[in-house]
Amino acid sequence: MNRIYLDHASTTPMRPEVLEAMLPFLKGEYGNPSSIYGEGREARKALDRARDRIATILGASPREIIFTSGGSEADNLAIKGAAFALRDRGNHIITSAIEHHAVYNTCRYLEKHGFRITVLPVDSYGLVDPSAVAAALTPETILVSIMHANNEIGTIQPIAEISKILKERKILFHTDAVQTVGHIPVNVQELGVDLLSLSAHKFYGPKGVGALYVRRGVRLDPLIHGGAQEHNRRAGTENVAGIVGMAEALVLAASEMDKEIERQQELRDKLITGIMESIPHTRLNGHPKKRLPGNVNVCFEFIEGESLLLNLDMQGIAASSGSACTSGSLEPSHVLLALGLPHEIAHGSLRLTLGRGTSAADIDNVLEALPGIVDRLRQMSPLYDADAFCKTH
Amino acid sequence: MYSEKVMDHFTNPRNVGEIPDADGVGTEGNAVCGDIMKLWIKVEDGRIVDARFKTFGCGAAIATSSMITELVKGKTIEEALQISNTAVAEALDGLPPVKMHCSNLAADALRKAIDDYLAKQKGAEDNNG
Ligand SMILES: Cc1ncc(COP(=O)(O)O)c(C=O)c1O
Ligand code: FES
Repeated sequence: MNRIYLDHASTTPMRPEVLEAMLPFLKGEYGNPSSIYGEGREARKALDRARDRIATILGASPREIIFTSGGSEADNLAIKGAAFALRDRGNHIITSAIEHHAVYNTCRYLEKHGFRITVLPVDSYGLVDPSAVAAALTPETILVSIMHANNEIGTIQPIAEISKILKERKILFHTDAVQTVGHIPVNVQELGVDLLSLSAHKFYGPKGVGALYVRRGVRLDPLIHGGAQEHNRRAGTENVAGIVGMAEALVLAASEMDKEIERQQELRDKLITGIMESIPHTRLNGHPKKRLPGNVNVCFEFIEGESLLLNLDMQGIAASSGSACTSGSLEPSHVLLALGLPHEIAHGSLRLTLGRGTSAADIDNVLEALPGIVDRLRQMSPLYDADAFCKTH
Repeated sequence: MYSEKVMDHFTNPRNVGEIPDADGVGTEGNAVCGDIMKLWIKVEDGRIVDARFKTFGCGAAIATSSMITELVKGKTIEEALQISNTAVAEALDGLPPVKMHCSNLAADALRKAIDDYLAKQKGAEDNNG
């Protein structure tokens, strides 16, 4: 069966060009970048080139890029690294209620180590209010971490506005840009951030490799102690093939970004409109406009997300949900709850995230399959009384 | 992650719906993840002759609901009371550990439907009484 993959926010398929770029370093070019002989120098050259390419696209200088094992490590390094380095200046950290667990749980961990965490609420679209950030600042505040765009609902935060406030007060600002790098323009100067996390597998690069942008002059305690790699900020022999692949993926993403944004936005809006028009008792989660080009997130009342995903999977469609039943922890998504959704509505959430391989025909197929699946599950739901709705609506 | 039998009962759930003139109805909410099952039974001469359900929940919840309606049909009230959640899970060739609580939903809803039936019986006897 022809599969339709609509879970690009979770991970993306690696591009063939990326694999091509990586292959030499998985085969013949095995040198350690720290070695001074020929093999090592070749690896060093590849690493330096990858660093240059990534820095250029982000508007950073190469020295400001630290390679990591992915988005989670970049978030951990930014937050723990800054918190422990600035401990002498204060112990207060501000974050938002809709952060990825890599940020959220890192902050929770720091709480156990004597840091005070303020978790800012979001509005019903998932937006953080910049004035709420300003109001939460205290003389003890050392770091603010607000994600660039949310991985579940796709809401894009006013990062540049927030950074203006923080710059005046000289407070470090970290943003988790794992969902935006390679998808929408991300320039560290324009955003005005001091720390920015990215992850290659979200933009058609390999899994297990990412980076943290660290503005020159920002102090960070390393997470991983050992050798002098990454200017003493991240020990360990570099993942040369992965890093080369990440750079290639980012350059390719940047070259087709404008076109892809326009194309995906059109498909996204067609999908959202199609769902809202064909399925009653549905709400859109996230902001209608300030939204990632490929993100669709809706709640269908009276049904549960996992049974929805199973049905979609049987029809060849891969998607995800914030339902408690899919979470493993049996708690619904903290992001959906932060929007103010009650548990039973959060239960019926569906996230469809488009990518560069998504076609108009894929969207048509989803729009054809979805209403029947939702209706079938509703007929099975004790919460749904079709007759009553016909009478009152 | 689910067994073939679970997927079969999920894809083609048996006995979905309501029994308008049911002899017992039980509704159970799942405390763990917040799901709901409603179960209707029809009883004749102390035997369950029909059972139907509606469930708001995951694949395991729907499959266990379907399976329990199959298991109770033809059983006496006493026999039906013996059906445990593990028996339902076993009849489905097992459930993933994180989904075992979903089988409680079905077993508890059945118990409530039977309690409802017994309470109604008692009420009728008292009235006749
Ligand atoms: C917003 C966000 N931050 C962090 C991560 C973690 O990235 P990684 O999987 O590379 O550790 C993800 C992806 O799962 C994400 O979506
Ligand atoms: S009903 Fe929620 S996990 Fe099964």
